[in-house]
Amino acid sequence: MAETTLAPTAGEAVATAEMPRSLRRGGRIALISGIVFLVVAISIPLFFRNFVVFQFTQMLVYAIAILGLNLLTGINGQFSLGHSAFYALGAYTAAILMDQYSVNYIWTLPAAGVVCFIAGFLFGLPALRLEGIYLALATFALAIATPQILKLSPLEHWTGGVQGIVIVKPDPPSWLPLNQDQWLYYFTLAVALILYILARNLVKSRTGRALMAIRDNPIAARSMGINLSLYKSLAFGTSALYTGIAGALGAIIVQFVAPDSFTLVLSIAFLVGLVVGGVGWLPGAIFGGAFVLFVPNIAEGVSKGLSGAVYGVILILLIYLMPTGAAGFVRAVLSRFKA
Amino acid sequence: MELLGQQVLAGIATGAIYACMALAVVMIYQAIDHLNFAQGEMAMFSTFIAYQLMLWGFPYGIAFLLTIVISFAGGVFIDRVIFKPIHDAPILSHVVVFIALLAILNSAAGFIWDFTVKSFPSPFGSSPLFGSSLISAHQAGMVCVTLLLLLFLFFFFRYTRIGLSMRAAAANPASARLVGVRVGWMNALGWGMAAAIGAIAGILIAPVVFLEPNMMISILLYGFAGAVLGGLTSPAGAVIGGFTVGVVENLAGTFIPVVGGELKLPIALMLIVAVLVFKPSGLMGRTVVQRV
Amino acid sequence: MLSHKISRRGVALGIVAAGTFAASAAMAQNIFCSDATDTEIKLGNIMPYSGPASAYGIIGQVEAAYFKMINDQGGINGRKINFISYDDGYSPPKAVEQARKLVESDEVLFIFNPLGTPTNSATMKYMNAKKVPQLFVATGATKFSEDPKTNHWTMGWQPSYQTEGHIYAKYILTNHPNAKIGVLYQNDDYGKDVYKGLKDGLGDKAKTMIVADAPYEVSDPTIDSQILKLKASGVDLFMDITTPKFAAQAIKKVAEIGWKPTHILNNVSASVGSVFKPAGLENGIGVLSTGYLKDPSDPKTKDDPTLKDFFAFLDKYMPDADRSNLNLAYGYGVTQTVVQVLKQCGDELTRENVMKQAANLKNFRSAVFLEGITANTTPNDYFVLEQLQMMKFTGQSWDFFGPILSSEAKS
Repeated sequence: MAETTLAPTAGEAVATAEMPRSLRRGGRIALISGIVFLVVAISIPLFFRNFVVFQFTQMLVYAIAILGLNLLTGINGQFSLGHSAFYALGAYTAAILMDQYSVNYIWTLPAAGVVCFIAGFLFGLPALRLEGIYLALATFALAIATPQILKLSPLEHWTGGVQGIVIVKPDPPSWLPLNQDQWLYYFTLAVALILYILARNLVKSRTGRALMAIRDNPIAARSMGINLSLYKSLAFGTSALYTGIAGALGAIIVQFVAPDSFTLVLSIAFLVGLVVGGVGWLPGAIFGGAFVLFVPNIAEGVSKGLSGAVYGVILILLIYLMPTGAAGFVRAVLSRFKA
Repeated sequence: MELLGQQVLAGIATGAIYACMALAVVMIYQAIDHLNFAQGEMAMFSTFIAYQLMLWGFPYGIAFLLTIVISFAGGVFIDRVIFKPIHDAPILSHVVVFIALLAILNSAAGFIWDFTVKSFPSPFGSSPLFGSSLISAHQAGMVCVTLLLLLFLFFFFRYTRIGLSMRAAAANPASARLVGVRVGWMNALGWGMAAAIGAIAGILIAPVVFLEPNMMISILLYGFAGAVLGGLTSPAGAVIGGFTVGVVENLAGTFIPVVGGELKLPIALMLIVAVLVFKPSGLMGRTVVQRV
Repeated sequence: MLSHKISRRGVALGIVAAGTFAASAAMAQNIFCSDATDTEIKLGNIMPYSGPASAYGIIGQVEAAYFKMINDQGGINGRKINFISYDDGYSPPKAVEQARKLVESDEVLFIFNPLGTPTNSATMKYMNAKKVPQLFVATGATKFSEDPKTNHWTMGWQPSYQTEGHIYAKYILTNHPNAKIGVLYQNDDYGKDVYKGLKDGLGDKAKTMIVADAPYEVSDPTIDSQILKLKASGVDLFMDITTPKFAAQAIKKVAEIGWKPTHILNNVSASVGSVFKPAGLENGIGVLSTGYLKDPSDPKTKDDPTLKDFFAFLDKYMPDADRSNLNLAYGYGVTQTVVQVLKQCGDELTRENVMKQAANLKNFRSAVFLEGITANTTPNDYFVLEQLQMMKFTGQSWDFFGPILSSEAKS
């Protein structure tokens, strides 16, 4: 006997507000904070030693990956626990191209992007039928399967199997007085900025509005003529593209890829970063990236034996203070200005 | 052929583990309408509590009952205290708090009891069932207990007032309040029951896989898979799903050449995803209709 | 009212955020003095204190305790040891980050006994590029010691996995030349390394003798299915390449299904406390393995005069440790080895000299090594320990038998 019940819509499931008025009207504030951020970001390598620059580069890489996830979950309302798979795909694409075909590292980024876009699109197609929890499980399955597929013996010739692939770190152009770490930092920063601007333009465009309409009310969106299948799959593809490029960058700066680097733990980290930054708020990605990279270190500093517990406690406190992430905090601050 | 039979039986035995976990997962889903990622760690922690009680000298039966009571209370506590402040927050924030809970429980268990494996006794003994070499008494016992739990839940939700109130509170909190159901406490009850079922699952599973803080992580995966396969709204489906996952996984590992052994879990998961594509609410779940 | 809530929240949040960033910046900018001074030697270490391999974290604790003891006794050549150990959660990118932190931020003299195969694979290139010793890595993977020319700064310590596999092959060819071998192995670097050693050691006979194999993933809850498959393939010699949790399951399952093959278990799981006790001591009777360390929980060693210091160390510095955990002896042994290297360095505490002395160990013995086993290295032979002895489980402890075997497993 099949009974019927009401289901929460995808929009409710993701449940974020649309871009609040205070944030849009705060255009001048956004501009000023953007400039401040840029100034701070550019000056980091000048004041910190190489290891810290390396950490900040990693932070930017995670931020790009979280940006990708945000496009899918925050803007389009599709839940994904599987982004570690796209990150891995991008990383391995870059690694194989650099190691076996001696491709210049710069070209691996668009290559990783294209490969991941196709993969994301193809994954998005059957995922169209799945909602909420079920989509979560499908992406979960993807995340679990990824390390095991990477270890498969028939593929070992390409992937290096469990041993992974070691990559040579690229050198900065000879006409710049930078060392490797500093160069990679600026390179990653430039890529991150470009990707952010593209994402922001996408969200503000008609396509972006269509994606958000699908998130908030799919049935109304369809009745307004939006092609759900196309847009949802495109969202998956684009999101995968971003995360794939992040993966490629990650591989280059760590100089190593192996199946154990890309487990479910990574997907969960992206999700945590997404929520901490603010679901649906693109700049939140940088907060998310910072959280994911630095807070585990802080937790370890507090107590080595209980580092996981400290991390969990910090996370819960953060959610209590900012239930909607950094986005909520910024919104509250801005509305205080307007009030 | 004999190997096939053996693998199926072994799959049912392992599947009992997954079915147990899947039942706890469905239980919490029925109560609060989303998945609890920390379910496995809660079950693990409960099992450690039972272990500690037995170390302190309590006999198995008493330790078992005490653990269930403590776990029930723990579940209620988590709902009423930890989740209360973010009651109105979006779902993803809830998910992140689950993840935080997972980290805390895992880390605390490792700190208190360390990470080496410990043996855990079984009330059924570990000798083979009726001398058969295929399934041990414990594993058969596990299957029975799972089915008994299932029966209990079925009657509880179908035929008792509280069960009905819980279903109402989960399905439509606003309307339920209007007819006098105390939704908040129904949720808490759901959490408590889920925690208790998780504890039973953990206590049954530990003798087979050995007790250690990381024991539940992969089992939770399989439990989710089984629960979703069977349909998250159906406890019976969850149990069937759990057994199915166990059997499919074993058969895939044994009979698919070259990659079978290396891809057991992904194959099982992919099959489930395939089922979902054709039947989005699982094999026995209720079809969900969206009103425009 | 609303603004009240926000302002209170805002302040709280501001404090948390400020505190967080201050803490992280402070930690990132650790201004320490450079490596070895006249009073202090700084050593780095990376261990999995969290995550799937956290059971090995105790090794880091043993090392820290041992250095504390050394410091209490006056240090090495008058210098105290500052042992800095970070958690990598068994994640390669995290390991790289911690390695860089130790080298660039904490400025350690070298990194000692970092654990894990994928994690050390990730950091090996960096360590060699930076010319910082990656000394006595805690993994038996052969690749870390096999190429001193290319990886001058990386050295293993324990007998390599391939060496172990070779030794099993030798034993099988001598004692069970017609065996039908079935292999259960963990599907990763370590499992495949031991398996390779076994196959290489059997040579041409590998193809005919190994009739079935079954891999498993660390994420598999049980390995029952694999054991059934091996039994069904007519296997009469069961080669068991598993880590402790799965080894315990294997021993138990084999007993449960009434299967009685010759059961060879690999060395990493040859721990009475972590494996045989949970599996059921009677179930493990007759299981064979190899060892190179003495077992402190073995009643026969209680009165062993050479272990007096070891027990005293445990009594004073790790009183609550579970003595049946073989990792205690491991940590003790490897730390004594590195102390020997530091002693040999004398006052010339440069990274180059550390490496030179590490490649210059001559018949060094730690109290926990089996009688007859010594550590030896040369600039062309970075395999520190290459000897093992066969042992059989009696139901209570291990009985060593046969000669000390050694195998040249260089590729």
